Amino acid sequence: MSMTITEKILAAHAGREKVEPGEIIKARLDLVMGNDITAPIAIDKFEKLGASGVFDRERVAIVPDHCTPNKDIKSAELVARCRRFARQHDLPYFFETGRAGIEHALIPDQGLVGPGDAVIGADSHTCTYGALGAFSTGVGSTDLGCAMAVGETWFKVPEQIKFVYYGSLPPYVSGKDLILYTIGKIGVDGALYSSMEFTGEAIEALDMAGRFTMCNMAIEAGAKNGIVPPDGKTMEYIKGRVRRGYTLYESDPDAVYSRVIEIDCSGLEPQVSFPHLPENARPVSEASQVAIQQAVIGSCTNGRIEDMRAAAAVLAGRRVHKDVRCIILPSTQQVVLQMIKEGLMEAFIEAGCVVSTPTCGPCLGGHMGVLAKGEKAISTTNRNFVGRMGHTESEVYLASPAIAAASAVLGRIGSPEELK
Amino acid sequence: MIQGKVHRYGSDVDTDVIIPARYLNTTDPEELAAHCMEDIDKGFTSRVSPGDVIVAEDNFGCGSSREHAPIAIKASGISCVIANSFARIFYRNSLNIGLPILECSDAVRAIRDGDEVEIDLARGLITDLRSGETFGAKAFPDFAIELINDGGLVEYTKKLIKQRESGSL
Repeated sequence: MSMTITEKILAAHAGREKVEPGEIIKARLDLVMGNDITAPIAIDKFEKLGASGVFDRERVAIVPDHCTPNKDIKSAELVARCRRFARQHDLPYFFETGRAGIEHALIPDQGLVGPGDAVIGADSHTCTYGALGAFSTGVGSTDLGCAMAVGETWFKVPEQIKFVYYGSLPPYVSGKDLILYTIGKIGVDGALYSSMEFTGEAIEALDMAGRFTMCNMAIEAGAKNGIVPPDGKTMEYIKGRVRRGYTLYESDPDAVYSRVIEIDCSGLEPQVSFPHLPENARPVSEASQVAIQQAVIGSCTNGRIEDMRAAAAVLAGRRVHKDVRCIILPSTQQVVLQMIKEGLMEAFIEAGCVVSTPTCGPCLGGHMGVLAKGEKAISTTNRNFVGRMGHTESEVYLASPAIAAASAVLGRIGSPEELK
Repeated sequence: MIQGKVHRYGSDVDTDVIIPARYLNTTDPEELAAHCMEDIDKGFTSRVSPGDVIVAEDNFGCGSSREHAPIAIKASGISCVIANSFARIFYRNSLNIGLPILECSDAVRAIRDGDEVEIDLARGLITDLRSGETFGAKAFPDFAIELINDGGLVEYTKKLIKQRESGSL
């Protein structure tokens, strides 16, 4: 009865011995989550159901992070709707501005998800939590609204794709570069409806931040979930955080995969994804002609303290290029505090960066760094679609924190190795 | 039976061009519909008529989980989206809110922008009235048919809650 880690988690939550790709199952959920954009519609749907209450108040999280601190009156009304619902149902995990952060950094940091969990979130980057060895996937608002009432949802068991990364990572090659390279290789629908299991010595060597970044972008290849088998680093991360029991699963050696893709990391260059799709990944050396006007370093993809350290290591003692606005976007209040303690805040501000409060704002062209017509940005976020960060004639180039930081100094896309 | 004019697009039509994030400060279907497809096709909202059909290539609806995307399409009057494939969250959202979607590569290959098409949803048949050709779409899984027959996920879940309350589940 061999299964992959994803199949084992789904089987356990469906009360089944075994599941197979293509089957439709009903699965129990350990956590359901929404944000200020998706939760209001979910709340409307929930209220149509006639349920007596949420299925478990400890397992419903609402994180207002997209248009917060409230960018306009309409956004303020949406957050107010979430707040009223949270009070009405006495939800302990409604995260008010000041205690919040970007959902996909905040939820794992708060210990609301652990290995072996099954989680849905009304946000496509909910796949991030797979880095902890959980099954976690994005859904829409109606799915969230119904799951808030009944604590379960339906899934089609995905096909399983295994990625094996071997070799050691060259300097300035990070989890971000691995995932951009991978999406470049398989395309934005290369893992459509499938599970991406990230394995191999290079993944074992990655820190948790790098693993979160990789799982975060599984959706950019169309995947249902991304997952990393839990190990000592996972255990160290959840120690003192995780609020519920957890289960460690691993794939059986003879588990069946629809594809196995091997990637040698030892010769990789840092990657840059050109407009207007994440699959347009190229080595950074091929991007050196691109002048930029904005650099965004942070987000749910790359806004963890490790990312801030990587950017600060490049920016400390240097100046952001005169034609560039460099926006630092830490993911949570805890990250901000740690940046202050470690002197990163000072390094960023002395370099001429602006440091934002945690928000999704600029990543989706919402607020706090919208692009004008013709402007180009390098960004550590996850999407570079047409108009993603502003005007439809602006352009977004995706990269790692080190590359974005170096580009901010150079005024064009480049690597830290090009800095004096 | 659905009948309408085709608005044709390519691959990887993402949710940011279907409904840009700058309009996500509302959940009102009419307001969302007023900006539908704005960043890929500025003339869409003035050309679209009730009953019209979107035909696209691969991976339609990729990107964000925003249900605002299928809501905007539905509220703009579109009666069905036909594509080679859909991004998975968009697929789920469409089923959940009752926006008909069909996967049919043969139809996508043959149908041109501006064609008039007729769709028999129950049988999954698409007829191009220009050429007279009929194409069979990929069948929905049984569970999806149950969802559709129940009237979407909200109605399905209401049934589930009633069953639980009566102790039959």
